Amino acid sequence: MDLIYLLIPFTPLVGAIIAGLFGGRIGRKNAHRITIAGVAISFVCAAIAFKRFAIDGAEPLNATLYQWAFSDGIGFQVGFLIDNLTALMMVVVTFVSLMVHIYTIGYMADDEHNWPEVSLAGKNSYQRFFAYISLFTFSMLMLVMANNFMQLFFGWEAVGLVSYLLIGFWTTRETAIYANLKAFLVNRVGDFGFLLGIAVILMYAGSLDYAAVFGQAEQMQHQTMNIVGDAQWSVITVACILLFIGAMGKSAQMPLHVWLPDSMEGPTPISALIHAATMVTAGIFMVARMSPLFELSEVALSFVLVIGALTAFLMGLIGIVQNDIKRVVAYSTLSQLGYMTVGLGASAYAASIFHLMTHAFFKALLFLAAGSVIIAMHHEQDIRKMGGLRKYMPITYVTSLIGSLALIGFPGFSGFFSKDSIIESVAASHIPGAGFAYWAVLLGVFVTAFYSFRMFFLVFHTKERMDEHTRAHLKESPWVVTLPLVLLAIPSVFAGIFIDPLVVGEFFKGVIFVAPEHEAIHHLTEHFHGVVAFVTHGLTMPPFWLAMAGLVSAWFIYTRKPGIADATARRFNGIYRLLMNKYGFDEFNDAVFGAGFRKIGALFSNVGDRLLIDGLIVNGAAKVVAVSASLLRLLQTGYLYHYSFAMILGLVGLLGWFVLNG
Amino acid sequence: MFSDWPLLSILIWLPIVGGFALLAVGEGNQALVRKLALGISLLTFLLSIPLYTGFDTTTAAMQFVEKHSWISTFNIHYHLGVDGISMPLILLTTFTTVLVVIAGWEVIQYRVAQYMAAFLILNGVMVGVFAALDAVLFYLLFEAMLIPMFIVIGIWGGPRRVYASIKFFLYTFLGSVFMLVSLIYLYTQSGSFSILEYHDLAISEQAQIFIFLSFLLAFGVKVPMWPVHTWLPDAHVEAPTGGSVILAAIMLKIGGYGFLRFSLPITPDASRALDWLVIFMSLVAIVYVGFVALAQKDMKKLIAYSSISHMGFVTLGFFLLYTIVENTGGTQGVAMGIEGGMVQMISHGFISSAMFLSVGVLYDRMHSRDIGDYGGVIQVMPVFGGFFVLFAMANSGLPGTSGFVGEFMVILASFRANFWFAFLAALTLILGAAYTLWMVKRVVFGDIANEKVAALTDINRREFVFLAVLAIAVIALGVWPNPLLDVMHTSVDHLIQQAAGSKL
Repeated sequence: MDLIYLLIPFTPLVGAIIAGLFGGRIGRKNAHRITIAGVAISFVCAAIAFKRFAIDGAEPLNATLYQWAFSDGIGFQVGFLIDNLTALMMVVVTFVSLMVHIYTIGYMADDEHNWPEVSLAGKNSYQRFFAYISLFTFSMLMLVMANNFMQLFFGWEAVGLVSYLLIGFWTTRETAIYANLKAFLVNRVGDFGFLLGIAVILMYAGSLDYAAVFGQAEQMQHQTMNIVGDAQWSVITVACILLFIGAMGKSAQMPLHVWLPDSMEGPTPISALIHAATMVTAGIFMVARMSPLFELSEVALSFVLVIGALTAFLMGLIGIVQNDIKRVVAYSTLSQLGYMTVGLGASAYAASIFHLMTHAFFKALLFLAAGSVIIAMHHEQDIRKMGGLRKYMPITYVTSLIGSLALIGFPGFSGFFSKDSIIESVAASHIPGAGFAYWAVLLGVFVTAFYSFRMFFLVFHTKERMDEHTRAHLKESPWVVTLPLVLLAIPSVFAGIFIDPLVVGEFFKGVIFVAPEHEAIHHLTEHFHGVVAFVTHGLTMPPFWLAMAGLVSAWFIYTRKPGIADATARRFNGIYRLLMNKYGFDEFNDAVFGAGFRKIGALFSNVGDRLLIDGLIVNGAAKVVAVSASLLRLLQTGYLYHYSFAMILGLVGLLGWFVLNG
Repeated sequence: MFSDWPLLSILIWLPIVGGFALLAVGEGNQALVRKLALGISLLTFLLSIPLYTGFDTTTAAMQFVEKHSWISTFNIHYHLGVDGISMPLILLTTFTTVLVVIAGWEVIQYRVAQYMAAFLILNGVMVGVFAALDAVLFYLLFEAMLIPMFIVIGIWGGPRRVYASIKFFLYTFLGSVFMLVSLIYLYTQSGSFSILEYHDLAISEQAQIFIFLSFLLAFGVKVPMWPVHTWLPDAHVEAPTGGSVILAAIMLKIGGYGFLRFSLPITPDASRALDWLVIFMSLVAIVYVGFVALAQKDMKKLIAYSSISHMGFVTLGFFLLYTIVENTGGTQGVAMGIEGGMVQMISHGFISSAMFLSVGVLYDRMHSRDIGDYGGVIQVMPVFGGFFVLFAMANSGLPGTSGFVGEFMVILASFRANFWFAFLAALTLILGAAYTLWMVKRVVFGDIANEKVAALTDINRREFVFLAVLAIAVIALGVWPNPLLDVMHTSVDHLIQQAAGSKL
C-alpha cells in the first residue's frame, strides 16, 4: 500500500501519543507543534488521495494492513477501502481537524484558569487536549477508511471514547462528568444495536468485509430469520435497522439524541470538531457506505426516514427557546443531522453526504465563532447577556453571518445547495413516510432560519446587555482563532458549487448504490441546468420563502419588538414549557433508566444475592449444619452415666423388638 | 535448547522449591526475601516463554509431555503436557505471579517471607493444575491450590477474613468432592487415571449426567457461575491485593479450563443434554450479575461482580456447540465461541489484575475501598487516573483493548445459536460500561472530595511498572489478538470433534 495512505491515519496517532505521554516533558509549544504537524501531514496526504481517486479517477483501493484475528475460518482484517466517498470524508475530517487544532492554540491558551490551583491534572491540560483531538482524528479516519465492519466498529467506539474524554475534559466540573457518562452510555445503547447488526451480517454473509458482504446482499434479501415466535423477518431489514440503531446513537437521532446537547459541557473546539462536523456524522457516513444493504429494505429506509424527519423538525423547535449560545448551535446540529438522515431514508445518499460536507464547514464555523464570542465574553454563554458585539468583533461577526446564511440555506451559500437537494429528493421519494418527512423538513426550514437569526441578532445586534467589566474588555479574538474562522467561511460559501458532480453528477458512481425504484435524486439531475439556474430556480421555491420568513420574523421579533417573544411564550405556555423541558426525554430517562436500573441493581444485590442465595442457601446450609451439630452434641456429653443409660435403653429396645417380632 | 528440558516440571517445582527456600530464609532478611521472590518468579516466567515459542501449532496432541509412573498399584502417573488450551493459561500464571510479587514489594511488611512463599508455591501448583494429565495429580493440585490461598486470605486479609476464607474453602471444597467421586468412578470403568483416556472412554448416558453435574459443580464454583458465586465477592473484599489478583486472574480460569478439559470431551452426551443449564447460568451471570455490580458501594466487590459477569462470556462461549448445530445444522461459529471464551479468560486475567492492583494502589493510601470515600482522585494522581480510565475502558470492552476481543467473538458466535443469546450477552455493552464508568466518575473524576483525597500522592515507580506492563498487555492483545488465537486453533478443533461426538 502506498505510504501516503498509511500516513493519513497514523501521523495524527503518533502526534497524539507523543503529546499525550510526554506532554509534560516536551512542553506546550512542542505539543501543539507536533500534533498540528501530524494533522497537517495527514491533511496533505488526504488531499493527494482525493486528487488521485476523485479527480484522476483511480480505481478504488481495497487493501489489508494486517490480520487482526482469524477464527473459525473467518478472517478479521484491519484494512483500508479508499474510494470517492472515503476520499471526500478524509479531506473533510482532516481539514476541519486542522482548523480546530490551530484554533485550539488560542482557545485553550489559558486553560489553567479552568482548573483549581491544586489540581495536578490541570497542569498539562493543554498538551492533553491536543493529544485527545489528534487521537480523535486518528479514530475518525480509521472509521471512514475501514474496509470491514470490525474496524468500523473499532473506529466507531474509539471516537466515542475520545468524545467521552473530551466532554469530561474539565474533570472537576460535575456537569461535565455527568454529561460524558451520559454520552457514553447512550452511545452504548446504539452500539448494542450496531453490534447485533454486525452479528446478523456475519451470520448471513459469512464475512465482515464490505466487498464480500455487499456481494451477498441480494441473497440476504430473500432470507428470513426468526426472532419472536414464528414471525419471519427479512434478514436484510433486521440487519439494517440494527445497524441504524447504532447510527441513531452516534448521529444523535431521536430518541437517542439526549446526549448531544449535554456534550456542550466540553470545550468549544471539540463541540465544533466532534459534536458538529465529524463524529456525529459517522452514522450518516455509515448508512451511505451501507447503501447496497439499505437499498434492499424499504422497511428500513422508511424507518430511517421517519426518525430523521422527527429529529429534524422537533429538535429545531427546541433551538428556538434555548439561551445558551452553544446549546442553540447544538440543537441546530441535531436538526441538521435529522435532515441528513431524511436524505438517507429517501435514498438520496449523495445529497446527505453533500449536506454532511457543507454542514461540517458551516457548523464548525458557527461553533468556533460561538467560541470566539465566549472568549470575548469571559466564558459567559447566555445570549440574553450579550448584544451589539458586531462593533467589537468584526471578523467573528462577518464569519458568523456567513455561517448562519449557509445554515438557513440562503441561495448561493453552500447550505442552500445541499439542503435543497435533500428537500427535493424527499419530495420525489415514494418510500412510505416520505409525505410526512417532506412537510417536516420544509417547515424545518422556517424553524432553522428563525432560531439561527434569533441567536445572531441577540448576539451581534440589539443593545449591549453585558456588565460593564465585560464590555470594557470586549475585543476581537487573536489570529489563531480568527484565521480558522476565515478559512472555514470560504467553503461555507462556495462548497455549494460541488453539487455537480457530488449530487447530480457521477461522483459516487460505483460507491453508493441506489435501487432503480428509489431514484429520488434522478428527478433533481434531470432538472439540473447548472449552478446559476439552480439558484434562480431556488428563489421561486417554498424553502427560500420559508427561510426568508424565518429570518424576517426573527429580525422583527428580536430587534424591533422584543415584547412579542415573551408574550408568545406566555400565550402558548404549554408549548413553551414542553420545549423548555425538551419534551421530557431527560426526566423520563433519569427516572426509568437511571433510577430504575439502580433500583433493579439494589434489588438483585440485596434480595437475590444477599437474602436468597447467601442468607437462605449458603448460610442456611451452614445453619442447618450448626443446628444438627448442636443436637448431635447433646449425645456426646462426656458423662459416663448418660452413655450407660443410653446403652441400657438401647438394649431394652432391641430385646423388646426381638421379643415382639419373635 | 529447551526442547529436551522437562520444562513443565521446572515450571511447577522451581517456584515451589523456591517458596520453601524463602520460608527457610525466614523473616529476618526481608530485603533478601523480596529479591529472591522476584528472581524466582521472573525466572519462572522467562522459562515459560519457550512453551509459546517452541509450541507446535499444527498438532492437537499434548506437547512438552512428561510421563512417569507414580503409584503403579492404582496406575497413577506423574503425567504432564500442554496443548493450545492450557499453554496460554500457564503463561498467564507465571506472568501474573511476577506482578503480584512486585505489587507486594513494600506493601506487605508482616511476614514477608511467608507471603511471598505462598504466592510462589501457588504459582507452581497452578501451573501443575493446567499441565496435569493424570486425574489424581490434577485433583491433588486442584485441592492443594486452596491451601496457600486460604492462608493468604486468612493471614493478610481484612477484618472479616475468617468468614471469607472459610466460605471460600467450604464452597470450593464442596464443589470438588463430587468431582473426586466422578474421577474414581471413571477409574473403575477404565482402570486408569489418564485424563486423555477418559476422553475416549465410552460412558452410559446416566453416568455421564452425574459426572457432568459433578464437574459443573466443581468448575462452576471456581468460575464462579451464578448461583454459586457468592463466595467470590467476600473473598475478594477480604483478600489482600495480591490474593485478589491471583484469585481473579488465574484461579477463576481453572474453572473455565476444567469445562474444556473435562466436561466437554469426557461427557459430550451429557453436555448436549444439559447445555441449556450452562447457557442459562451464563446469561444470568452476564445480565443479573451486571445489575448487581451496579449496586455495589465497595470497589472490590464491584470488580468481583464484574468478574463474574465477564466470566459468563467464557462459559457461554464454551457451550454454544449444541445449539449452533441445532439451529444452523453446521459447526460454523462453534470454534469462534470457544476461542472467544479462551481469549476472554486471558484478557480477563490482565484486566482484573489491573483493576484489583489499581484499587490496591488506592487502598494502600486511603485504607478504604468505599466508593463514597473517594472523588477527584485524578486531580492529585493524574498518572494513576490515566491508567485507571484505560483499564476501566478495557473492562467496558472497548475495541482496541483486550476486553473487546473475547466478548465480540462470543457475541458473534452466540448469534448463530439464538438471537436472544446474543441479545442478552450484548447487554453487557451497556451494563458493563454503566457500572465501570459510573465508578470511574465517582472515584477518579470530579473535584477533590475531601482532605484525605487531597493528600494523596501519585503512583511511585514500582506501581508505575506493574500498571504500565498490564496496560501494554491489554492494548497489545486488543490490537493484535491473532498470535494468541493461532496457538488455539488445532486444539480447539480437536475438542469440537470430541464434544460433537457421542460416547454411548
